[in-house]
Amino acid sequence: MLDLINVSYDTQIPNNVGLSTDKRVLKALEKWHPGYISWWNDLIPRDFQESLVYLRTAVSVDPKGWTKFDYVKMPEYRWGILLAPQIADRKIPCGEHAGDAAWQDVPGEYRAMLRRLIVIQGDTEPASVEQQRFLGRTAPSLYDMRNLFQVNVEEGRHLWAMVYLLHKYFGADGRDEADDLLRRSSGSQEAPRMLGAFNEETPDWLSFFMFTYFTDRDGKMQLESLAQSGFDPLSRTCRFMLTEEAHHMFVGETGVGRTIEQTCLMMKKAGIDDPFDINRIRALGVIDLPTIQKKLNLHYTLSLDLFGQEVSTNAANAFNAGIKGRYLESKIADDHRLNGDTYKVWNFVDGKMVQQDVPALTAINMRLRDDYTRDAAGGIGRWNKIIEKMGINFAMKLPHEAFNRKIGVFAGKFFDPAGMVVTQPAFEAGIREWLPTKADGDFIQSLMKPCYEAGKFAGWIAPPKVGIDNQAGDFEYVKLHMA
Amino acid sequence: MSKIIDFQTDPTTYHHWRVTYDGAVATLFMDVDESAGLFAGYELKLNSYDLGVDIELADIVQRMRFEHPEVKAVILRSGKERVFCAGANIRMLGGASHAHKVNFCKFTNETRNTFEAAGAESGQHYICAVKGACAGGGYELALACDYIILTDDGSTSISLPEVPLLAVLPGTGGLTRVTDKRKVRRDLADVFCATEEGVKGKRAKEWRLVDEVVANSKFEEAIAARARDFADRSTRATAATGIILKPLTRTIAADGSLSYSTIDVAIDRKARRATLTINGPDDDAPATMDEFERQGSQAYLLRLARELDDAILHLRLNELEIGLLVFRTQGDPQRVLAHEALLLDNARHWLANEVLLYWKRVLKRIDLTSRSLVALIEHGSCFAGILAEVLFAVDRSYMMEGDFEGDNRPRASLTLSPANFGPFPMSNALTRLQTRFLGEPVKVEGAHAHLRKPLEASEANELGLITFTFDEVDWDDEVRIFLEERASFSPDAMTGMEANLRFPGPETMETRIFGRLTAWQNWIFQRPNAVGAEGALQRYGTGQRGNFNLQRI
Repeated sequence: MLDLINVSYDTQIPNNVGLSTDKRVLKALEKWHPGYISWWNDLIPRDFQESLVYLRTAVSVDPKGWTKFDYVKMPEYRWGILLAPQIADRKIPCGEHAGDAAWQDVPGEYRAMLRRLIVIQGDTEPASVEQQRFLGRTAPSLYDMRNLFQVNVEEGRHLWAMVYLLHKYFGADGRDEADDLLRRSSGSQEAPRMLGAFNEETPDWLSFFMFTYFTDRDGKMQLESLAQSGFDPLSRTCRFMLTEEAHHMFVGETGVGRTIEQTCLMMKKAGIDDPFDINRIRALGVIDLPTIQKKLNLHYTLSLDLFGQEVSTNAANAFNAGIKGRYLESKIADDHRLNGDTYKVWNFVDGKMVQQDVPALTAINMRLRDDYTRDAAGGIGRWNKIIEKMGINFAMKLPHEAFNRKIGVFAGKFFDPAGMVVTQPAFEAGIREWLPTKADGDFIQSLMKPCYEAGKFAGWIAPPKVGIDNQAGDFEYVKLHMA
Repeated sequence: MSKIIDFQTDPTTYHHWRVTYDGAVATLFMDVDESAGLFAGYELKLNSYDLGVDIELADIVQRMRFEHPEVKAVILRSGKERVFCAGANIRMLGGASHAHKVNFCKFTNETRNTFEAAGAESGQHYICAVKGACAGGGYELALACDYIILTDDGSTSISLPEVPLLAVLPGTGGLTRVTDKRKVRRDLADVFCATEEGVKGKRAKEWRLVDEVVANSKFEEAIAARARDFADRSTRATAATGIILKPLTRTIAADGSLSYSTIDVAIDRKARRATLTINGPDDDAPATMDEFERQGSQAYLLRLARELDDAILHLRLNELEIGLLVFRTQGDPQRVLAHEALLLDNARHWLANEVLLYWKRVLKRIDLTSRSLVALIEHGSCFAGILAEVLFAVDRSYMMEGDFEGDNRPRASLTLSPANFGPFPMSNALTRLQTRFLGEPVKVEGAHAHLRKPLEASEANELGLITFTFDEVDWDDEVRIFLEERASFSPDAMTGMEANLRFPGPETMETRIFGRLTAWQNWIFQRPNAVGAEGALQRYGTGQRGNFNLQRI
């Protein structure tokens, strides 16, 4: 009998989907595998490929104990195909088919829509690895380097998860799309990644932390809504991906938190109370809080753009078809069909921002974005606790959703971070205070010196409270192979 | 729609397009201003278009020919980052009346035909450079170009998603050009037209949907190279400098009647009739093409073509209940012939060629106008050559016979010229006289024997060139009764009957577009599966799918 909880290693590809008896898909995946390995090998700098990294590997999909930690060379990581356990009698949670039995095969009428959603999700997974490929060289500690690589291999595994769905359920077209996922590449002139935000390099570690906090959180929200899919294999795949994604959020939140903590600590030590005394603070080799706020402004607003247009036909279609739900769909108390319901969406009328009721079906993106903003606000509060505890008079905050937008109703218009309409000259004058400048970037870059000694940390970031897998502070998370 | 749709525009007022000129190569950027739709209620997102966008395109294509004769290759591309063109705006279509949809499609089809023909006719080749999503009407724009280059960036695709997405057809030539122009195998065409996400990369080339697929990094290089190739191969003379198409003189009276420098359009709303009186030239023909060029857009035959074109378009879109168009002329037929002779004798001169080609398009525009068309050949009229061609475009013609008491204008006549025997084929690729005498080709020769000779009623009748002749006793009543009867018939039946009777003879891609494709599209545009409250077109954007009546008809 198939063991659907524990991972089977009887094929080259660890899985809990009975791959050894599914010759067609196994063959397709084995054909795709070398391309993936060579993608990985070409991507991450050689030194790190040869290093032993203390990584967790999923060995089960049992929420109580799904993982085991050990040293592994990244190219030998057991990327596997893992679906959360099937829920008996699961129903389609939303849309016009709500209440019908969940689909175990792709419904023909929604083939194109489903495939597109899976391809777009799949395209973001390797993209972030590509964006972060050089960060190992400036890791502020082995602990952080290990976290980076953990995030990277898991994004790689998420690509596998999407490729499995394409191979298993979408025939020849699915195989072509799977190949294209390796052909497109972040920032490539030849074949860029599908979403704009995934074509920007992640230039420094603060950006990485901001990215994992804000942009991976968009990924989380997308996975949450795909986990509500009436197409059961997609739902199960995404549910398991979410258990991994939680670590990525953790890396982001604690990374930013530790940066803030170190800044405050050094300010206190030096007797600096004014958080805007930027030159003196920077001279301490830490990143001043206003600059961290600017980075926050940038990454938050870029991530908001990933939610697309506030009013979206594609999102409406996907919801109504039952292939993508809302965040925590099953916990929402309504009819899950939304015919006739409305939702408030920002619009711009006669030069003024107004909130208008639009059909709720068309506002699915907006709703998910609102959920995202609430979700993202949690960490801000915890960061501010750190600052407050140190007695420094400064608070991080999320800028207004109108600020610095390139997509949606606010695009092409000028707002300050508080959401007030400003003139273009005022915007251009203010931008130096609101978004990181090149000089800010240069300063941050100047701090990006690797710190490869076990238990040691670069001067701009505080050590974590606890180690990964409860390891001691001087644990050697990466055994570097520096040939 | 109470607001008048104006077909006149000029480069200083474009909202949606930019053109850059570099010697023999022009680049036309589609960069639609989403907030500048022709009507309220929709935003032109993702480079989608409405009639307003197409009016500007038509103007650009026209000016390209007259104002920029130096251009031999036009690169059509998107001014937006990630999208080429999403096609006709769906919300606009969903909100538009049936009549507006039909006329919108007709005009966009005519514009596609115009730039499609520019390559073969006057050596001005349109090359389409596709990067970013190119869907529906977007791909139809590409299809009308002489060459399509597609970037292989892993995400750019071309598609005709109308059927799966909207339950309508790619009606701006899409279905027809896929099979008739690009000669895509019909089963692959079936796959393509039923696949919402379309086709990308090499497959697009393998399926003949594009001419060239290039690596994204080589895209700009390939576009430039191809534009150079086409410019080098162009048959167009190099030396010419263009003429400026100056704004038309047009006034619109309170009752809707129009007055141009060469045409008066009298609206009789009660009779559902517009009478278009074309006035012959006041001045002698220019002696040379140099003089014609100096006159530029004021030269009589060019001015008349522009004014007639505008009048027809105005009536089509703004006067939906005017079911009858009555064509009259007044003036000196010999002078008309003299004006046209300059062009016909200098047909290889770039400007003469362009004016004649423009007349070809205007006459086709008349052929394709879904109103009952009638010509009255009265005393003093000047139906000669190009203007006589109007007689063979209309559904019926009535001619005065003999003297009318108290009327001292010259006797009604019509005069044939070489213009009636070749330069102005209809969309079926035959001349209007060939089409008229499909069963008796010898009659074309018979008519040719009377070249340049003023033909009075009995002779014209005998040659089969007119429908009826009436003398002063019968004229008023017969014409009145006909017009009244015609106005009483069902407008739908008239549209259908006329469209069938006007285009006998062979099928061409054009007749297939305006006949088969348009007719089926217009049928679907009336059906609940598309436009009913639960139809796919109405529901598009709501998230709900169309609820179809499953009966096959």
